[in-house]
Amino acid sequence: MMPMSYFIGLSILMFAMGILGVLLRRNPLIVFMSLELMFNSANLLFVAFSAYHHVLDGQLFVFFVMTTAAAEVAVGLALIVAIFKAKRTIDLDQMSSLKG
Amino acid sequence: MSLFEIASVHPFFQLVPLVVFLPVLGLLINLLVGKYLGEKGVGAVASLATGGAFAVAVLLAIGLGQVSEGATLTLANWMTVGDFSVNWSFRIDTLSVLMMLVVSGVGMLIHIYSIGYMHSDVRHNEDPGRFRRFFVYLNLFIAFMMVLVSSDNFLMLFVGWEGVGLCSYLLIGFWFEKGADGIGNAKAAKKAFVVNRIGDFGLLIALFLLFHSFGTLNFAEIFEQAPAIAAAAPGAIMAITLFMLLGVTGKSAQLPLYVWLPDAMAGPTPVSALIHAATMVTAGVYLVARSQALYVEVPAAQNIVMWVGALTAFFAATIAVGQNDIKKVLAYSTISQLGFMVTAVGMGATVAGMFHLTTHAFFKALLFLGAGSVILGVEHGHAQANKHAEHGHDSFDPQDMREMGGLRKRMPLTFIVYLLGALTLAGIAPLAGFFSKDEILAAANEKSIAIYALLTAAAFLTAFYMGRQLLMVFFGKPRSVASEKASESPLLVTLPLVVLALLSVFGGALNLPGSHILETWLEHTLEGVTPGHFVLTVALISLAVALLGLLLAWLVYGRKPLFENGQPDPLRKPLNGLFTALENKWWVDELYNTVIVRPYDAVARFSAGVIDQGIIDGLINGMGSMVGSLAKAWRRYQNGYVRSYALTIVVGVVLVITYLVLR
Repeated sequence: MMPMSYFIGLSILMFAMGILGVLLRRNPLIVFMSLELMFNSANLLFVAFSAYHHVLDGQLFVFFVMTTAAAEVAVGLALIVAIFKAKRTIDLDQMSSLKG
Repeated sequence: MSLFEIASVHPFFQLVPLVVFLPVLGLLINLLVGKYLGEKGVGAVASLATGGAFAVAVLLAIGLGQVSEGATLTLANWMTVGDFSVNWSFRIDTLSVLMMLVVSGVGMLIHIYSIGYMHSDVRHNEDPGRFRRFFVYLNLFIAFMMVLVSSDNFLMLFVGWEGVGLCSYLLIGFWFEKGADGIGNAKAAKKAFVVNRIGDFGLLIALFLLFHSFGTLNFAEIFEQAPAIAAAAPGAIMAITLFMLLGVTGKSAQLPLYVWLPDAMAGPTPVSALIHAATMVTAGVYLVARSQALYVEVPAAQNIVMWVGALTAFFAATIAVGQNDIKKVLAYSTISQLGFMVTAVGMGATVAGMFHLTTHAFFKALLFLGAGSVILGVEHGHAQANKHAEHGHDSFDPQDMREMGGLRKRMPLTFIVYLLGALTLAGIAPLAGFFSKDEILAAANEKSIAIYALLTAAAFLTAFYMGRQLLMVFFGKPRSVASEKASESPLLVTLPLVVLALLSVFGGALNLPGSHILETWLEHTLEGVTPGHFVLTVALISLAVALLGLLLAWLVYGRKPLFENGQPDPLRKPLNGLFTALENKWWVDELYNTVIVRPYDAVARFSAGVIDQGIIDGLINGMGSMVGSLAKAWRRYQNGYVRSYALTIVVGVVLVITYLVLR
């Protein structure tokens, strides 16, 4: 069996990539993908610990996360379509009309 | 006592509220429907209201003749705070009724006179609509004066005190758009008000101290406790009496606050007669007389009062010698005579003071009204002379004595009554002024030789300046076309003059040596009144001094009368610089301006500019702009970029987790 630290290291890597993606990219689709990356880094930890401790709770939780993520993406994509209709662009930096 | 109880003491006593309410009724009628009454109607209502008050005062006096200890009628409770209670009560005693008689009696005559005088005055000043306003103010004044003298506690007295001050202000500034530069009268009114405020501040402090020491403001209770409190805390009584004196110097125009009274002559002449000679200015004398029980406890305060009065009497008399305005001479004369009264009440010779107050009200009202009649006559003459000339605003001053002369032929009746008034003021026996002044001089002679000398010198100057005025106004040749064409005033104006002249001549009978009517009358109110002495030498000296003054005036102004306007005053040569000083009123106004008014203005400007606009506004504005600039700095973080918000969240989460881990 692979050591636990591999899973944790991979998870941290994925999570960091997700954060950087959210913070640095201007395309909302990429930002959503980065969000998914972070969800999945968490999911990976859930299943890894679930297997390690021989309990099913973690795996159970992953399904919830997946469902929520799917719902969130549905709403998010709908928003992006609406914004595109209004502004003819989906560049995140163009959506700054709330600045003080 | 209530109305029912007081009726059982004496039926007349229940009428006492009318002395206040009749004038109030008169002013309400004139205020509401006066427009439809016409000048005669307005004047009649106002005069009847005051006359009614006089009738009530007479009835009260008759009642007091039978029930001499008087009574107190409580009309309403004003305020009750714990043990402290103030009522609107009328105190009927011989002192207050004497004041009521003087105020309403002289007041009524002046009201009647005003009908004739204001008829011309409003036309001369080209605003006939103001006729009604004048009588409303006049009735308001009588009402407040009655509140002042009839009160049974210091607080209601203060209400009247302030009320008459207000009326004085309104009436001095009656022609507020006239005078030097169009604001001269308004300035005079403001000056009177502000100077009086200084005095009122003193009186207020005295009231606070009275409440602090006695726990009440009621006359009877305070005077009863006075000896005990004075024994326990002499300093408190001393402070009370001295602060009260400050109020007296303001209202009764004594040194150092007398400066407002000469300027108050800007008001119409009946106002000068009623308020600034006969009644309101005597309120200070009344206050000291009323508070006699307090003053006798502190002889030091009495001495100060006495000296203030005597110095004022002399000082103002010197200034009167150098004045050329017919009303200004009388104004300084009033200050001087008030000084006599204040000296008297300061010495404890209260009866003499009240006696002089009464006779002074007669003859000074007579003199002022006479001066008003002269002014009317000269104004009329001026209008006659300029009838065909183009109507324009010229610099003619109908009050300048240098422009008069020879008026005794043009205005014979005014001349006779004025002569009587002047002789009374000068103190020629057996006119009223002789007896009242003599009583004060006799008391001063016993008390202090310095005071006596000062007062006698003042009496000499009084005779001199009155002689000067008589000779300048009525004798010699007319020195202007206006006085050449002057004409006698109408009957409505001269009739009150005749009545006042009779009162001036026979007023001395009130308290003749030997009969002492006034003395026995006031004895019921003022405890420990010592009978005044008639000292033959003092009387002869004062008579001689008065005659000497008149003689000297004749030598200077009568033997070789002034022949033309603009001729230098004959006194200028022998007195030289001194006369200039007198003419300029010893530069007291200038002194006050330099020492008090200008520094005060500077402080005010400093407060307004540097402190208010600089520091206070600076603080407030600084706080505002500080918040603004802080907000501006923070605004940079609200840039609207979703990613930077996300970064903030990340940083926040990291910080929280770091904290939780490292805790």
